[in-house]
Amino acid sequence: MTTESNPLAMMALDDLRVLEIGDERGAWCGKLLADMGADVIKIEPPEGDPSRQYEPFVDDEPHHERSLFFWYYNTSKRSVVMDFNDRSNADAFLKLVESADIIFDTNTYDPVGRLGVDYHQIMSDNPGLIWCTITNFGFGSSRDDEPHTDLTLAANGGFAWMNGYDDHSLPPVRGGGQQAYHTGSNYAFMSILTALLHRDATGVGQHINVNINASVNVTTEAGSYSWLVSHSTVQRQTGRHAGVAPSMPSQIKCADGRYVNTGIPPRRPAEFGLCYRWLEDEGLLDQLPEAALLLVGAELESFSLADVFRGDNDELLAIFGAGREAFDLLASKLTAYEFFTKAQNFGFQVGVIHSPEEALEDPHFVDRGMQVKVEHPELGREVIYPGAPYQLTKGTWGITRRPPLLGEHTDEVLSELG
Amino acid sequence: MPHHVKSKALSHLRICDFTGQLAGAGATKFMAAFGAEVIRIEDPSNQGRWDILRGMPPYVDDRRGNELGGPFNNHNVGKLGITLNIKTEKGRELFERLVAISDCVTENFSSGVMRSWGYDYDALKEIREDIIYVSNCGFGHSGPYEKFKTWGPIVQATSGLTMSSAIPDQPPAGWGYSYMDHTGAYFMAMAIMLAIHHRNRTGEGQYVDVAATEAALTLNGPVLLDYTVNGRPLRREGFPDANHSVSPAMAPHNIYAAKPIPGSFDEAWIAIACRNDEDWQAMRDVLVADGCDWAANDDYGQISGRMAAQDELDERIGEWCLRRDPYQSTELLREAGVPANPVQTPEQRIDQDVNSAEARLWPTIRQAEMGRVRVDGIPAHFTKTDWSMTRGAATLGEDNDYVYGELLGLSQDEIAGLYEEGVL
Repeated sequence: MTTESNPLAMMALDDLRVLEIGDERGAWCGKLLADMGADVIKIEPPEGDPSRQYEPFVDDEPHHERSLFFWYYNTSKRSVVMDFNDRSNADAFLKLVESADIIFDTNTYDPVGRLGVDYHQIMSDNPGLIWCTITNFGFGSSRDDEPHTDLTLAANGGFAWMNGYDDHSLPPVRGGGQQAYHTGSNYAFMSILTALLHRDATGVGQHINVNINASVNVTTEAGSYSWLVSHSTVQRQTGRHAGVAPSMPSQIKCADGRYVNTGIPPRRPAEFGLCYRWLEDEGLLDQLPEAALLLVGAELESFSLADVFRGDNDELLAIFGAGREAFDLLASKLTAYEFFTKAQNFGFQVGVIHSPEEALEDPHFVDRGMQVKVEHPELGREVIYPGAPYQLTKGTWGITRRPPLLGEHTDEVLSELG
Repeated sequence: MPHHVKSKALSHLRICDFTGQLAGAGATKFMAAFGAEVIRIEDPSNQGRWDILRGMPPYVDDRRGNELGGPFNNHNVGKLGITLNIKTEKGRELFERLVAISDCVTENFSSGVMRSWGYDYDALKEIREDIIYVSNCGFGHSGPYEKFKTWGPIVQATSGLTMSSAIPDQPPAGWGYSYMDHTGAYFMAMAIMLAIHHRNRTGEGQYVDVAATEAALTLNGPVLLDYTVNGRPLRREGFPDANHSVSPAMAPHNIYAAKPIPGSFDEAWIAIACRNDEDWQAMRDVLVADGCDWAANDDYGQISGRMAAQDELDERIGEWCLRRDPYQSTELLREAGVPANPVQTPEQRIDQDVNSAEARLWPTIRQAEMGRVRVDGIPAHFTKTDWSMTRGAATLGEDNDYVYGELLGLSQDEIAGLYEEGVL
């Protein structure tokens, strides 16, 4: 099932105008606002947003209207070209600001400094204005001048330290998909909504200072709290949580060469019984000499991993080992997808390790409407984008227009202002 | 704004909160930091242990117990805590009275739990017409996998984020923690606040179905369009290759082994990214000045040449990085304007990075039994209604007197009776 937006439906933020002044670090925040209906006006320099030059391009033909990177982050927005190096644009900029509820900027183009307008005057002339700045280290930081990218911020803030392999001669790994920038943008959007609800109640706007490095730092789970609480340091491990102490492997390669994440293998009496039944269903009982131990495990009154790891009870250890052996055997006979769905139907918490495109085509996500068609009439194409990150039942999510052409709405927007 | 002043940003909102662990608890933690009154409900019959993080390590000292778990405290800072056995008749009556005075009901149970208690959206709406009900579960409340169970690593696996975190010829690296428990909570917080804004405009409440896997799917980024438009999957020869960058094309762009810092771990790493030809020229000058004549090779002058020679560049830069510790090399590159940074350990980024103090990122709060302990703060500051965190996670039923006494108007005797009956 693919879904198409209903242009008449009310959207939660369609009462708001937003000015997006910035680069790729904030574009995700702009998309989150725009796909909820906000009129997000992306102000681009005359040569266009730098990400219009980023790979990949449609059919690999480089062109500023064919960047799939730009497309991904700029659905539902309008584009206005404004040259901040030309001070004669100051009046038009101030009028735009006056019409806006929210500004967010990444401190890249510095409209205030270049146009010679007064920030404090703007805030006092527009008491309801919410102005959110998204920068690498927070506006005004002593580290403000450093050059950074998503990779170096992921290294600075803690993502990379935890992500990698048991073999520590292999490097730490950056998570795929520019998640340092996404995390900064996620916090920017949450902060903007917080300020918006305050404004709904009081009419009062304010400035918000979002720090990407700090956003990464507080999105590291045990990495941070192990240090904060007990001054202990987690170490990276293949496919599982970085830990202060090593844990057991949890990724299994299946018959088709693809992987599943098994989380924690069978560890409750009922689970040993289910594991036995699964082997039976697959006709594999005779291939696992330890299978009888699963039946012993199923009869136990309780089973605790702590007892297993104390290491003084050989039978418990053998039962736990049999569960792991059973999973390994099943995986060697099944595809990763079969292992995942069959295991889940038995109640085991495991996951197939999909590639991004496999996830987009997975029947569950297709059924839930995660493939959304967007017309690109200039190219005569209909393009499938991923759908809603949350399903509101009123004021719903939707892609209201394809990403804008460079300056497509300059005349339209400026004439609206009069 | 001083840290002890309670934010007024969301102080007009009350949340009747069943969330736990991190995927749910993180959402209401954020809102509590901005002043929302979050009433977290726990089941007295199992001492609140539905939340598996209750009592889990790390611990501040040698003590162990249900109130001493570091992660539970971290994710529940600033919330009120009450006990309530919703399987009793009086428990249901009290829950319904709470719903009647709340703006939202939030939970991250498996699909079907709230329904099994008789509290789906329609039932909650009967109690309060404009109630907002937000659920957050791995695969959402519909579809073929509705009954499947998840936690962070399973969400990341099924959505593509685990697979894309790898280097060539190696299995998925994973992420190394529950990125999507944090981030699923962020999307849950967004969803709650979007629904409140909608209610502010229209007076309507609603049901919101958050599926952490779907939020995760949208975070894969442009690789999805490379597939739907160009037909190029990420599962292909030589990919994924998360430490390099093809979108946008950057080279060199990698994490390299560096000389370990004496007295620290026996490994150290540095991330380096040349965004464009200018960055490379600056890095080339640093390298040549350090005796690396190979860097002057004209083939490397343009991005196409560097992308083609990535392996060779990585090998030579890798040798150079071993000459110094990662902070020393970072300083040389940064002075030249090249993006670089050590892969920081928790200690380095939390206690030694000047930005942590500038950002006032790790507030010290007081939890009734743990005492004083630092927690994750909020990576943003507001000029008028900034966040604050002063109080740790509530101990089991710590706020029963306030919620049942002051908010619902029960007498001390009535409350004592409810304890005896096992309702609280």
